[in-house]
Order: sequence, then C-alpha cells, then structure tokens
Amino acid sequence: MRADHSGRAQAPGEGREALLEVRDLVKHFPLTQGVLFRRQIGAVKAVDGISFDLHKGETLGIVGESGCGKSTVAKLVTHLEQPTSGTIRYKGEDVTRLSGRALKAVRRNIQMVFQDPYTSLNPRMTVGDIVGEPFDIHPEVAPKGDRRRRVQELLDVVGLNPEYINRYPHQFSGGQRQRIGIARGLALRPEVIVADEPVSALDVSVQAQVVNLMERLQDEFGLSYMFIAHDLSIVRHISDRVAVMYLGKIVEIGTETEIYDHPTHPYTQALLSAVPVPDPESEGKRERIVLEGDVPSPANPPSGCRFRTRCWKAQQRCADEEPALAVPENFAATLPDEPVHHPSACHFAAERATVIPPVG
Amino acid sequence: MSLLDVRDLAVEFRTRDGVAQAVNGVSYSVEAGETLAVLGESGSGKSVTAQAVMGILDMPPGRITGGEIVFQGRDLLTLPEEERRKIRGSKMAMIFQDALSSLNPVLTVGYQLAEMFRVHQGLRRKEARARAVELMERVRIPAARQRVGDFPHQFSGGMRQRIMIAMALALEPDLIIADEPTTALDVTVQAQVMELLADLQREYNMGLILITHDLGVVADVADKIAVMYAGRIVETAPVGNLYRTPAHPYTKGLLDSIPRLDQKGQQLSVIRGMPPSLLQIPPGCAYNPRCPMARTVCRTDEPPLYEVVDERRSACHFWKEMFDAS
Repeated sequence: MRADHSGRAQAPGEGREALLEVRDLVKHFPLTQGVLFRRQIGAVKAVDGISFDLHKGETLGIVGESGCGKSTVAKLVTHLEQPTSGTIRYKGEDVTRLSGRALKAVRRNIQMVFQDPYTSLNPRMTVGDIVGEPFDIHPEVAPKGDRRRRVQELLDVVGLNPEYINRYPHQFSGGQRQRIGIARGLALRPEVIVADEPVSALDVSVQAQVVNLMERLQDEFGLSYMFIAHDLSIVRHISDRVAVMYLGKIVEIGTETEIYDHPTHPYTQALLSAVPVPDPESEGKRERIVLEGDVPSPANPPSGCRFRTRCWKAQQRCADEEPALAVPENFAATLPDEPVHHPSACHFAAERATVIPPVG
Repeated sequence: MSLLDVRDLAVEFRTRDGVAQAVNGVSYSVEAGETLAVLGESGSGKSVTAQAVMGILDMPPGRITGGEIVFQGRDLLTLPEEERRKIRGSKMAMIFQDALSSLNPVLTVGYQLAEMFRVHQGLRRKEARARAVELMERVRIPAARQRVGDFPHQFSGGMRQRIMIAMALALEPDLIIADEPTTALDVTVQAQVMELLADLQREYNMGLILITHDLGVVADVADKIAVMYAGRIVETAPVGNLYRTPAHPYTKGLLDSIPRLDQKGQQLSVIRGMPPSLLQIPPGCAYNPRCPMARTVCRTDEPPLYEVVDERRSACHFWKEMFDAS
C-alpha cells in the first residue's frame, strides 16, 4: 500500500487494504471560443485536486450542492471521463493509464448505478436484455447458455419477480426500475459500485426500500460503495465515511460521526444546519445558518479558500492562502481517536454546538 | 369564514386505459396568514387539487366531478372563466416547482414581471418596469436594477425561484399555492427560499398552501398538515402533533421510513409495496394492501375522516389504537 497522504481520517478502514486510491484528481472542461479556429479561453474546474481512499466493504458518501463536481468524480472513477491529471489506483494499478484489455478488466469491477431510473434504461429493450447486456461485453462472466438463468437470479436478488424478464421498463414503477438498474450494476459481480444519486428520483416510501436493498447487497457480496447524493440524511444513514465537496474540492472528510456530529468546516456546518429535520421540537433547538448568495462559477473560482465568498468567518488570510485539507492546527494536539481530529480545509476550523442538537 | 374552503372535491382523468380517480372527496381550508402543508407522494392528488383550485387543470382529459371550491365566499366552480381569470394572479397565485420551465425563455424577467402590472392593472411600460425592479428587490435579488433586463437562463436556480415568487406576489394576492417550491433546489438555497417565503407571507398576511413530499420542509413552516394518499386526505393535524403522534398508519410509515440527519439508524423501516394505480384504487381503505394493521373491515369499508381530537382527523378505522400506542 502506498503512503497514505490523503488524511488520517480513515479510522474504520484503516489497516484494511484500500481498493481505490484517488490522488490529486483534476478534471477541467475546456471553454472554447470560435468555430473554425477554436481556442481555449478558460476551463470549468469541475474537479480540482481531490484525494481519497475507498476501502473494501465500506461506503464512502460524497455530498455537496449541485455543481460541486461530485458527479464528475463518479464519472472519473468509472472511467467514463479521462482526468486532466492525477491518478486513480485500483488495487495498486493506475486506471488512468490503462487501455484496451486491461482497462476492460478493471471496468468490470467498477460499476455504476445512475440517478434517473426513467432515462437510464433503454425503453426498447426488455429487462432481460438490459440486465444481461453486461454479459455481451464481458462474455467470460457467464457462458451464453447460462445467461437467462443468471439474469433471473439477479432479478431475484434485487427483489423483482424473475418472471418479469420479458417485460419492458415502462411496465415498472420508479422503485422497481431502480432495482433493475442495480441488478444491471451487479451483473458482473463488481467490487465497487458507484451510485450517483440512486434514490433522489424516488418517492419517500420507496427510497427506504432501495436503500435497504443496497445495504443488504453490500453485506451479501462484500461490495464497496461510493454513494453520491445531495440528501445529507440518506448519506448519513448509509455511509461509513463522508466527504463534503465544494466547488471541485473536498473541504472536509471523516467518519460519519466526525462529519455529522463534529463538523469543523463552516461549509459543512451551514449545509447540515440547512437540512430540515422532520421534528418541530428538535427543529426549534437548532440554529440555522443561512448562507448568502450562490455558489461561484467553477470557471472562475475565488482565490484562496473557495468558500470565502459565502463564509461568515472569512478574513484576508482566506483570500491569500488556500487552506490545505488536513487536521486543523488548533486540533492537532487532540488524540487521533477524538472526533474533531479529522481533515478540514479551513484556517479557522472550530466546532459549533447547535448544528444538530442530540435528540433526547 | 375561511379564506379558502375546499369541500368534497373530486377530479377524474379520462385516459385510454380507463378513468383515473385522481382526487376523491378532498376537503381542506386555509385562513388568512395560515400555512397549510399538503403532503403526499407522487400520484397522491396533491397537485391536481391545487390545479383545480387555481383553475388551471387541463380539461379534458381532467374533469371535476363534484365538490365546491369556496374562495372568499364564492364558489369558484360556478363562476364563468372570465371571472376566474380575474381572480387568478390578482387574488390567488401559484409558484411552480421548476422555475426554468415555468418562465418564458425568450423574454426578459423584467418583461415577464412587468406584464403582470400591464395586463391586470393597465400600467404603462415604464411604470410597470419600475414596479418590476421594486419586486425583484423585495425578493432580495442583488443588483435588481441591472438584472431586470436579463433572461431566465442567466439566473441561478435559487434566483429563478425568487423571480417566480416575485411574480406570484406581484398583485399582492390573498392566497399563494406553492407546488414543491424548493424541490429542485440545493439545501442551502432551499433554506433561503423558504425563509423568504415565510417572511413575505407574514408581511402580507397571505394564506399559503405548501405542496410537498418533504416532511422536513413542512415541520419548519407549516401551521397544519394534510396528508394525502391515493386522492384522499388520510390525516389532518396541527404540525407538531402529527410528528409526535401520527394517527394514521400511512403517516407513521412515512415518518419511520425517512432517515434522520440527527440519528444514525440501523435498518430503515419500510412501507411495503407501492402506491396504487389511480385506475384501480383498492376497495375499502386505499392503503389496506400496504398497511401492517389491515383487517377485514379495511378491505370492505372506506373509512371516513374520524375526529380524533380537536382539529385532528384520521381516515383509519383503527385510529384509536394508533393514537393510544404513540
């Protein structure tokens, strides 16, 4: 295993082998001008230097507002996009340099579940074709004669009636469609599943069913999840560790307890305080931090700390000097197992008591 | 007299596959200055009810088959379209979920805001534009004077939703219906928009109907809640009580199935199955196929809205058991 310089927050996964090691990952989308002579006039810095590890059997949640780059991270990890720079190591091998057969083998092990079950399934294919399509690309996984049986097994695993194999997507409800998407993701027996907002399009009562299904499958197959969502409550429920992104950077990363009960970055605190809690009593005890303004454009992010334009703590230092993602100086003296001892990219990191008051 | 009194409203849609019973005898009321939250999953009829109140239901295929919508003492369903159009916008206004598709992309926001004043109040272009700037300032859009000539796509999602709110407020209506006003927004922006909406409501003493599927948003701003399922109201209650002592199994199921930010739960409890097709609503209580408490009577008799305690009603035959257990 390589030296772990992404932070010391890997408490639950520590000692275990990291399946994925992402280091200094950057993705810039060029902005061009002119039709005949295209020249680059700038770049949207969608992901701008992020590092994290994903361990075997764990769930890493990634949260942030729209436009923070969390979906781009998903696309980079699944190799649907080529990074501008940085490395993604899968079991020690740099995926970004692979091509051809070697890449295909890695891709088999990193599968994706998409957000919208209405548009991510081909309406003209039957469920059997959709779930069995991965076998066409990776025929070594299931011999041809065996495929129908394998597809039916998969449908059974995700809680769908195996007899539905000849039906079309429109004959299913949203929750059932998401189960089809999950069955497709599982078909090749991957080790890592990247789920980009897998339950956001579903009704509340159906969300819980799909979340429970994903947790059960994780135990059953020893899967590692990268769970990307904007719903902080669901991320807390399913994740072991959580990374908070803002404008292409990870601003805070740690275990679920460290992030939700002891956030030290102002953005994390604001984000958590903005989530409505379905309990008027606990709602009354909270102090809500309402942020001013909108997220700046990733084509032209602020100097220094990117959050400073909306931060109530911002000072001159924040504009001059970009804070590193590390355990903040004022908490450096704390023991590693104390919950505030986790990487937070803020010059003035501090705890705040009233973000989420404990319930009695 | 209530500001708005919906009584026994029924709406159906004729489709190729049969008649969909979208709303089946819904009654609710809103007072001036009060916020009623209508909570439900997709297909529960919450938006259709609101569209019927606004008079913007697509007819056909929609058809109002019964009930009354009494607004400031007049039954809207008996008024000619001409009269209703005068009410729409000036007396009651609606805020939609998706601001980008509700605003006209080829007209500036200033023009669209000013149009309200020109059409309804006959103001001149210049005056109307000045009022538009004023409105944009009121919904706290920074640099309103410079931005009044911008097109909708030049605004962020939160700012666009503010324009929608400005448009709804333009003629100072007595009732605002907000259909999932913050669903498309990020949480930090959602907090800004909800705060703005609550402030403005207080300032103008408007009635507000907030349609949402998010139990969290409701807890914060509503005075009372109506929970809808399969075109019926299954429970109504003042906001605090509903969370503490749900008196309908569906409400309880919903509350139990959402992960909580302030709690790390083990397994989420689940409402089994899925909402029924409106073409084929189960006989008896529509929730009975999914209900853990269902008994024979639930499959045969449709429960009325039983009075639980003051201001609380539940459409469950066994509300007492529910209520005593919680």
